[in-house]
Amino acid sequence: MKPIFMTYTRGDLINLAILLIVGVIVIPMTVSSGYWYTSILIPWLCLALATIGQQIIMGYTGQLALGAAGFMAAGAFACFNLILRVPGIPFVGALLISGLIAAAFGILFGLPSLRVRGIYLMVATLASQFFIIWMIDKFGWFKNYDSSGIITAQDIVILGKPFTSPIEMYLVIVAVVTPMTLIAMNMARGSTGRNWMSVRDMDIAAESMGVSLLKTKLQAFAISSFYCGVAGALFAFTYLKSLEPVAFDIKLSFKVLFMVILGGLGTINGAFIGAAFILLFPVLLNYIGNNVFHGAIDATIISAIEQVVFGVLMIIFMIYEPLGMAKLWETIKIKIARLFSKT
Amino acid sequence: MSDRNFPIGGPVLEVKNISLSFGGVKAITDTSFDILEHEIRAIIGPNGAGKSSMLNCINGIYKPQIGSVIYKGEEVRKVTPNIMAQMGISRTFQNLALFKRMSVLDNILVGRKLHTKSNFLEVAFQLPKAKREEKTNRDRCEEIVDFLEIEDIKNTPVGKLPYGLQKKVELGRALATDANLILLDEPMAGMNVEEKREMCRFILKVNDEIGTTMVLIEHDMGVVMDISDRVVVLDYGKVIGDGTPDEVRANQKVIDAYLGVEH
Repeated sequence: MKPIFMTYTRGDLINLAILLIVGVIVIPMTVSSGYWYTSILIPWLCLALATIGQQIIMGYTGQLALGAAGFMAAGAFACFNLILRVPGIPFVGALLISGLIAAAFGILFGLPSLRVRGIYLMVATLASQFFIIWMIDKFGWFKNYDSSGIITAQDIVILGKPFTSPIEMYLVIVAVVTPMTLIAMNMARGSTGRNWMSVRDMDIAAESMGVSLLKTKLQAFAISSFYCGVAGALFAFTYLKSLEPVAFDIKLSFKVLFMVILGGLGTINGAFIGAAFILLFPVLLNYIGNNVFHGAIDATIISAIEQVVFGVLMIIFMIYEPLGMAKLWETIKIKIARLFSKT
Repeated sequence: MSDRNFPIGGPVLEVKNISLSFGGVKAITDTSFDILEHEIRAIIGPNGAGKSSMLNCINGIYKPQIGSVIYKGEEVRKVTPNIMAQMGISRTFQNLALFKRMSVLDNILVGRKLHTKSNFLEVAFQLPKAKREEKTNRDRCEEIVDFLEIEDIKNTPVGKLPYGLQKKVELGRALATDANLILLDEPMAGMNVEEKREMCRFILKVNDEIGTTMVLIEHDMGVVMDISDRVVVLDYGKVIGDGTPDEVRANQKVIDAYLGVEH
């Protein structure tokens, strides 16, 4: 378990290498259908990034915040306006600044966490969700006075080269999500993450050890919203390809929240598992509906089944496995390892 | 007592005329005593005597209405847990306040917080400073793990450990702060004789090898009398006895408080 590079152990590095080879070489070479990129891989990675953000504030710092979509909207519209109004700004630069703007909102709306906790904080942070969307709707400047309400996102241009095809956009996302995930892991495993978790588990004791609650909570809110902001910008520019405040409504916030809970509170890889499950499950249900029952089941029933299954799963996970699918995955890995070591 | 590695020095912490009440209930009334450097000082008293409240006043969790806390000759203007931690006062809690979902080693590592100067960006990018600090902190915590003989459970989440071991981890976390003074709130509560003896051994060992001033609370007189240098006895929020264990044992008021008096 000795780290050999940064905080990563050999197993981590092998996993990372496999993921990168699959993600950057195997998938682009084998998957040619645009559907896989535009409908599955791109939204998956974008939402997984937002889930990491939600994970930091909820899973690691234990602050029940509900407003990921608000910060995503802040990031998306910040990115749009930066590219629109700052001539010659590099896309990655605009993306980072968008994250910082979302982080500023995060600090602002994180302030109630210093006074209230639990369900009350959840209600207080809902304000961010509604305020940010309202602000974007209310002031035409944010939407460049577009009357239609839906603005087309600009093309992603990096070093003069436009990245417009699904596969190119996918690679841009991989290039952003990979380092950001590693950075999140570094923080989570290092002293920063320990501060977060100490506040989560027992704030009085954390304070007695010299952890400043004010600083730690606001820092977590800022970093969390940074991740959400970048994710929102990517989501709008690669998946939606348009900017509309409605896309970032409360439903998306709940979606991200469910991804955290199903994936597993306080795990980074859980963010990816949770996002994959929530995105793929409806696809799978539709597939079953169309190919097994040959359309005999009405589409509305299928979407109703989807809701029911999510609800039931949520309850099951909260009761039996608060650490979510990430923990299940660990258990399965250990069991498989045992199986092989026996033979 | 002359053969100690760290001979007892002057007063390191004094509480002066502390009064604390919750609404109309008086928890502590006009209480003063001092703690000498490198000593093991016990605060004892029957249940509800105000022992834990006293500790919480020193540590800044409660704010006494009247009175002051004097640390190293200077009055502490604003007593908060964070400021006291920065001054080198650490503590454990009566009902255990560990970080339940974190491993034993991570719990102890949180104790190193005030010795960690790298910010989140340095940690995020694993810059040399953050890596160096992490290594130093881990080495120090491994030492504490060795010292407390909890090597075999260091990667276990604390919430899964039995009570006695959790108490040990909490002591470890307090030790990791390298504090000059550690406040132990009932370190032996709920332990069996064997565990109590072991805990006493650790308290004496810490005091002897590191020289940490220890303040411990107990309501069970027995154990405390054997290991402390001086004992202060509280009853109904007032000091009814203060002195060496032998003096306290002979004090009529103390005997009355513990055994009851005929009326």
